[in-house]
Amino acid sequence: MAANMKEHTDLGGDAIRVEQDDKGILTLTLDMPGRSANVLNDQFSVPFAALIERIESDDSVTGVILTSGKKNFMVGADIDGLFAVTDPAVALQMAGDFKAMLRRLECCGKPVVAALNGSALGGGLELALACHRRIAINDPKAKMALPEVKLGVLPGGGGTQRLPRLIGIQAALPLLTEGKELSPEKAAKQGFIDELADDADDMMRRARKFIEGVIESGQPATQPWDQKGFKFPGGDSKHPAQGHMWPIAPAMMNQKTRGNYPAPRNIMSAVYEGGLVDFDTALKIEGRYFAELVVSQESKNMIGTLWYQFNKINKGESRPQGVEPGQVKKLGVLGAGMMGAGIAYVSAKAGIEVVLKDVEQAGAEKGKAYSEGLEDKAIQRGRSTPDRKKAILDRIKPTADVADLDGCDLIIEAVFEDRELKGKVTEETEAVMDPKGVFGSNTSTLPITGLATRSSRPDQFIGIHFFSPVEKMPLVEIIVGEKTSDETLARAFDYVQQIRKTPIVVNDSRGFYTSRCFATYVMEGIAMLAEGQHPRAIEQAGLKAGMPVGPLALEDEVSLSLSLHVMDQTRKDFEAEGKPYAPHPAEPTVRKMVEELERPGKKAGKGFYDYPEGGKKRLWPGLAEHFPLADEQLSQQEMVDRLLYAQANETARCFEEGVVTTAADANIGSIFGWGFAPFHGGTLQFTNSVGGPAAFVSRARELAGRYGDRFAPAAILEKMAESGDRFEAS
Amino acid sequence: MSEALIFDAVRTPRGKGKKDGSLHEVSPVHLLKNLFDAVQTRNELDTSQVDDVVLGCVTPVGEQGADIARTAVIYSGWDERVAGVTQSRFCASGLESVNLAAQKVRSGWEDLVVAGGVESMSRWPMGSDGGAMAMDPRVNDAMGFAPQGIGADLIASIEGFSRDDVDAFAVRSHQRAAAAREDGRFGKSLIPVRDVNGLVVLDHDETIRPDSSTEALGGLKPSFEQMGQMGFDDTALAKYPTVESINHVHHAGNSSGIVDGASLVLIGSEDKGKALGLKPRGRIVSTAVTGTDPTIMLVGPGPSSKKALDKAGMKASDIDLFEINEAFAAVVLRAVRDLDIDIDKVNVNGGSIAMGHPLGATGAILMNTVLDELERQDKQTALITLCVGGGMGIATVIERV
Repeated sequence: MAANMKEHTDLGGDAIRVEQDDKGILTLTLDMPGRSANVLNDQFSVPFAALIERIESDDSVTGVILTSGKKNFMVGADIDGLFAVTDPAVALQMAGDFKAMLRRLECCGKPVVAALNGSALGGGLELALACHRRIAINDPKAKMALPEVKLGVLPGGGGTQRLPRLIGIQAALPLLTEGKELSPEKAAKQGFIDELADDADDMMRRARKFIEGVIESGQPATQPWDQKGFKFPGGDSKHPAQGHMWPIAPAMMNQKTRGNYPAPRNIMSAVYEGGLVDFDTALKIEGRYFAELVVSQESKNMIGTLWYQFNKINKGESRPQGVEPGQVKKLGVLGAGMMGAGIAYVSAKAGIEVVLKDVEQAGAEKGKAYSEGLEDKAIQRGRSTPDRKKAILDRIKPTADVADLDGCDLIIEAVFEDRELKGKVTEETEAVMDPKGVFGSNTSTLPITGLATRSSRPDQFIGIHFFSPVEKMPLVEIIVGEKTSDETLARAFDYVQQIRKTPIVVNDSRGFYTSRCFATYVMEGIAMLAEGQHPRAIEQAGLKAGMPVGPLALEDEVSLSLSLHVMDQTRKDFEAEGKPYAPHPAEPTVRKMVEELERPGKKAGKGFYDYPEGGKKRLWPGLAEHFPLADEQLSQQEMVDRLLYAQANETARCFEEGVVTTAADANIGSIFGWGFAPFHGGTLQFTNSVGGPAAFVSRARELAGRYGDRFAPAAILEKMAESGDRFEAS
Repeated sequence: MSEALIFDAVRTPRGKGKKDGSLHEVSPVHLLKNLFDAVQTRNELDTSQVDDVVLGCVTPVGEQGADIARTAVIYSGWDERVAGVTQSRFCASGLESVNLAAQKVRSGWEDLVVAGGVESMSRWPMGSDGGAMAMDPRVNDAMGFAPQGIGADLIASIEGFSRDDVDAFAVRSHQRAAAAREDGRFGKSLIPVRDVNGLVVLDHDETIRPDSSTEALGGLKPSFEQMGQMGFDDTALAKYPTVESINHVHHAGNSSGIVDGASLVLIGSEDKGKALGLKPRGRIVSTAVTGTDPTIMLVGPGPSSKKALDKAGMKASDIDLFEINEAFAAVVLRAVRDLDIDIDKVNVNGGSIAMGHPLGATGAILMNTVLDELERQDKQTALITLCVGGGMGIATVIERV
């Protein structure tokens, strides 16, 4: 193709390469210097605007191919620009400029083809949607998506208008409100990719063919929505087909969002109202809803945590500097129960050789069978293949023989939460494993420093705390013991990234970080029950607070007997250390449920809920008798505040005590670890979300006055309230 | 201040609101013309004396659109000086017409007003006028929108009305309506619908099932369970956080029927009545509207009735007969509880479950049905109330004179 090129211009600045062939077709290759991916920012849009001018005015230009010199086409807007905006008028202008540019491009009359060599995300896909043809290389790994909703905003470059006009309102809505990622093939099935190409050459060939076809037709290239008599596929918002969908759409959305997320609501509004008016008016409507989201607290929370802080973690903010990156080659997992089996699976899936050891060979085999079951399901859903399944299973060696752990460079023990047992397996394993290797404990409750006393190499001993079910939960909490070395921490950190999970790093303490703060949520729910609040209202408040499951249902899942066991252990430990033990007000209720009412949780088929076989769980009617309703029933908002403030305040205490040391670890840990309300940006960001430490402290004091000292604001927050400091918000 | 007197009240029979319903072939304007003719003839009325016609119509689109009240006045050949206005207060529209007419007369600013309503649900189905309440997602969200049936099922869940309770009430409606029809109790107000030739198209309420039974109804599938599971149940539960789950007990057999029909009431001042030789049958004592939570939507009858009673200086125990619109069985059972009244005084000749609920017309139909019954039993006072979309409620107290 280079042979056809007759011209190079520098109109594209250094971000866009411009070439024109002998047929007058202009190829614009986006290739922003100093970046691994193209993004939508001034570096792109300034030269792009100049190029559009040329496309419009230069008669020698017959058509345009837009493609990328990077692995991907374009991966979205520049988040920094968006995050900084606090004035809706500025947001409106920003989106307006971009849309005006796209509008000129699609109205220039000359055929413009988006040649998508890789992923087109967010603003990148919006750019492609403003082209007259989209041709993508059929690479199943490439993603086509408008994921803005995940950061609390909407596609403000006309995405909420072009997509429904291309594929219909009902097909577009889930892509917009959930930010679903589609492969080019699936996007083609949905109708917003026009052609699939075998490779880059095929893609460019097809692009030229399309342009030549348009030129031959003698007709100007136009978008469907600019043609007379345009009709939405499947009908516009007035169409009866939509008349059945719109009334229930918000209810369906709220099943997931509980009214906490303005972005999907505004997306629906933009699509609905945009579907009643002409295209240019529709763009204006989209812009106003976009601007509201850009400046919303929710989007600031979500971008700050789920983008900036998440990226910080993945870039190793909490990983010791100067330790060479490493990869685990042979992992030993001790204990083939649900946790051990899950750890074996995700590790084998990441290509690591795994020795799965249990006391009995049969137990180890059963643990391996867990992987087989997961892979069978994945194959059924088209997410794996028999070959992949075999490769994964071949990497897992089930055994009862400790000698098989020979040479393991990482051990993770996931045996029963018993100090003596853990000590024993530590000793026998260290005798055979790679002496330079790391020993990790998957304990969720026992302090690491204590466990490390049974290790002959306490500097190589660390906590690697997984969440259940391992294959689904994205977080791993790494716990640094008193003697854990930097090298060991780096090894553990790298391993977690190797299995494609997100590591947070915390210091040793009872319950570490996640278990300790998570517990405040369920315990607050149980305390309210004990006070005579309606159990159903407590559960509703949990959902309304933005938590994935109500506190009572969650405690049933965890099991009341396990909670009681931890409480008793804690009491004993405190007594042994001569420290005063102040039980949580929920403790007597947990005890009563387990010991007197014999309802230890879901596993037993009875806890706060009944679990009828084959039926839906239902709150146990006996609660009414044993926890009679108080005269004063709290408002939902009061309950929501109690549930959220309890978690945030405990997190601030953890920060104060040095258990967590970065806002990123605290926030990401809370969202990925136990599902803390993402729209608040995590437990520490919650203090900013409600208006900053001063506002938090004032409300927390109010709650402390009514419900007890656990709400007395952490000292660090009181200090911040005075100084005006805030926890890091990005 | 003049009393608002009721001189006459008429209605069409109610025809099944579907393609195979007898009134599907009759246009809504023609339904009204039948009644305009009857009011004129029965009262030997000089129509030029009528100030205004107030009609309710909940789906004022197509041939029901563009102010069907004025349209019907002209089409019926009434004096061109008679004005007409069409309004919608959803299901209360028919009674709202009566109340507005009474207020016009009691204010002294008008002397003779025709009130009523019309709805051809077979031709212009409920919801075909759109509306931001359901259609605009952010408005829908702000309201906590859920269809009426979800509200009815929510009431049943809160009050503990079982499927048997609501089915038994539905059977009662049919049995009482059948008995009343058999006994000729509707004869005074019911005007057969005739075609352009004067041939009768329908002369009786079409949807009464004298053989209705709880056994037969027990076989019907709940109508709102599926949409509830799709999301509306959670909308309701979020607002009513102590409700464990929604018990979906309502179905086509214990909800008001979808029908076609119309109604008119002639309301005027004492002076105008005397001048025209019209005999007053009753008076409007008081009226009230109110709003409640739009999600449960259907609990307005209790508070609106209390408001109307307060205005009249009366208590529920002062009322001889009640008409509580049978939008759904649970609505009536809940209103009976709210008002603490004897259900034997309620809907004694059946209601909308048996005979149907032609949205814009029903309120005025209930008024004429209960007025006829007061006269038949020689009793004095009645209260008419309906639950209303958007969570509203309406009530009217009448008294024989």
